Amino acid sequence: MTIDNKEIVTTDKSPTIVHSSSQHTLSVYVSNTPGVLARIAQTFARRNYNIESLVVSPGMHGRFSRMTIGLSGDEGNLDQIIMQVNKLIDVVRCVDHSFETSVVKEFAMIKILCGIDKRSEALQIAEHFGCKTLDLTQTSMIFSIAGNSKKIDALVEMISNFKVVEMVRTGKVVMVRGEVRT
Amino acid sequence: MATQELDGAQALLKCLESVGIEIMFGYSGGAVLPIFDALETVKTKIKFVMVRHEQGAVHMADGYARATGKPACVLVTSGPGAGNTITGIMTADMDSIPMIVITGQQVTWMLGKDAFQEADIFGISMPVVKHSYLVKATNDIPRIVKEAYHIATTGRQGPVLIDIPKDLSQGPFDGELDQEMNLPGYKPELAYDLNIDEIKAIAKAIKTSKKPLILAGQGAMLAKADAELKYLAETLNSPVTNTLLGKGVFPESHELALGMLGMHGTAYANKAIVEADLILSVGSRFDDRIIGQADKFGRHATIIHIDIDPAEIGKMIMPHYQCVGDAKAILTELNKHIERLDSDEWVEKVQGLKKKFPLSYKIHGGLKMQHVLDEFYQLTEGKAIMTTDVGQHQMWAAQFYKCDKSFQWLTSGGAGTMGFGFPAAIGAQLGRPDDLVVAVVGDGGFQMTLFELATAVIEKLPIIILVLNNHYLGMVRQWQELFFDERESGVDLAGNPDFVKLAEAYGATGYNLKRPADVRKVLEKAIAHRGGPVLINAEVTKHENVFPMIPAGAALEDMLIEPPKEKMAKPTGST
Repeated sequence: MTIDNKEIVTTDKSPTIVHSSSQHTLSVYVSNTPGVLARIAQTFARRNYNIESLVVSPGMHGRFSRMTIGLSGDEGNLDQIIMQVNKLIDVVRCVDHSFETSVVKEFAMIKILCGIDKRSEALQIAEHFGCKTLDLTQTSMIFSIAGNSKKIDALVEMISNFKVVEMVRTGKVVMVRGEVRT
Repeated sequence: MATQELDGAQALLKCLESVGIEIMFGYSGGAVLPIFDALETVKTKIKFVMVRHEQGAVHMADGYARATGKPACVLVTSGPGAGNTITGIMTADMDSIPMIVITGQQVTWMLGKDAFQEADIFGISMPVVKHSYLVKATNDIPRIVKEAYHIATTGRQGPVLIDIPKDLSQGPFDGELDQEMNLPGYKPELAYDLNIDEIKAIAKAIKTSKKPLILAGQGAMLAKADAELKYLAETLNSPVTNTLLGKGVFPESHELALGMLGMHGTAYANKAIVEADLILSVGSRFDDRIIGQADKFGRHATIIHIDIDPAEIGKMIMPHYQCVGDAKAILTELNKHIERLDSDEWVEKVQGLKKKFPLSYKIHGGLKMQHVLDEFYQLTEGKAIMTTDVGQHQMWAAQFYKCDKSFQWLTSGGAGTMGFGFPAAIGAQLGRPDDLVVAVVGDGGFQMTLFELATAVIEKLPIIILVLNNHYLGMVRQWQELFFDERESGVDLAGNPDFVKLAEAYGATGYNLKRPADVRKVLEKAIAHRGGPVLINAEVTKHENVFPMIPAGAALEDMLIEPPKEKMAKPTGST
């Protein structure tokens, strides 16, 4: 099987992502009810905030869900908007964890085109970043990586010498260190 | 107790009755047939009022709630019926008015398939409700109704929508009629869990003020903090200004009262707020209509913000001190820590401003809206329940109809909804049958909802509809005159009907009022009528402008007390 590079259509634009300091990571604990995501998304959209990443997963108890939202936008209004999110009936709590002692992780999969001639170079980079090789063909490879966003950015930067055809990032998930609840 | 004979619609009505709904405004249709049928098959104490348009139903529920403090219910069908409620729901949401809106919906298995009269009202209404539900199971109805009522009437109040697919309302109900609420994210009781240290800090900040000013908003009214507010003002010896929606929570005829502030507020209220060294806001959200240019608002003052909604603190104005909670509870505590301020000189100065810049109008040169409203105020001794539309008549009514009691001034403030006044008056009159209810409307706004004349006539409501008819969208014309070189565009209401004949066509009574000399006579006749709705068509002068005026986004000190002599720049602040 051969892959003609020209036929690959990807919506991923530049693989370089800059995580600026105006980025925030919010953790939102919500009742698991229909429409709750739409209500939260609307609150941000109305105030011209852009949701850059979003992870929704079931909470410890089935009736709750956990959302981790990566955001960028006007720094000044964020506290007020967090209060507006907290005001939503289905939101149990919404907290900005950007400046707290918290663990932030992200997971990504990257597909590159890579023949035998450059394979060992690619594997070397992958090994350095602690990637796993999920798929390997004569002409392509898929890596996975888990880590903080900057680490993933660095991998993306290093791997950009290869033909990166696809990238999927989960977005950040966050958990506060110690006994404090997220 | 499981009740197997009921269907969903019957259970719905029983639940609405048991949570405390007394009245329902509605309009029928396919998706809501089972619920309308239940109105006939269930013995319910809920009064049903048939309207002529769904928007009217919502404004009526709104007017009922504003006049009585109790929420009403709206019942409409799916699709266009539900869509027609949106302006009304937005109006209630902007002004924190409780209500439950029930919309019929297509059957469950047709949802999302563009079925007949299907509209995603759950999605459409999301930005303008306090909360909403799409019912998924018939047996959930009791819990949802209980939660909806609780959410609508507690904390910062607001409208709650319940969308019920037809198969669920006509499906069998075999659950419990009394169910527990499940709202882990909603804790309105925190409004009474006061932070005493915050209140003490506020008391301390007040202590040194020599030029205090209390800003009373609707939050104080909804918390029923009238007495506490009066005690606060009188004990501190502090003047009080009020927002448009706060009219009446502090008696506007009180000697410490400055009336309404803001864009068309009194000159003395606006001058006082510019000069005050302390602004104590109780239940106001510092709306753009009262603060003008935000960074210049209260520059010389220590600003204190008391509000039930934490998301209002710092939204428009960053206060120096804050307290989140129920206004009555907070003021009760605050009042324990205050004493009379050294403010005699300030109060005297403010009284001087009242004398120097009174609200006034000229009685000659044709019939003036202000004249009619002022005369009406005198005749009714300020005791009528007033509803208004939006525009010049609203501002003049706010200026000249002083309110001394809460829940007597019903107006669309946040949303500024034309067409609100008349249906709101219907709701208010149904809620308070013994009071004199007056809908002050412009010829523009009235034509947006005048078809509810049928509703008013059928219900035999003795509402006075005071149409202040200048054949114009007067406020927009005023802006065009002041800021757009007098280019009138889209404001001429040529083609207005003969409102008196129109009223008569519906079976109501109508009077024309054209000459200043006839004002008292015609108003007296209308007040004495009491036999169903009576409309007064007051043909007022066309080119009168409302002053004082703070151009949108300008600082309060840049208020125009009289018509400007020079050409004005276009306002840049808000709309």
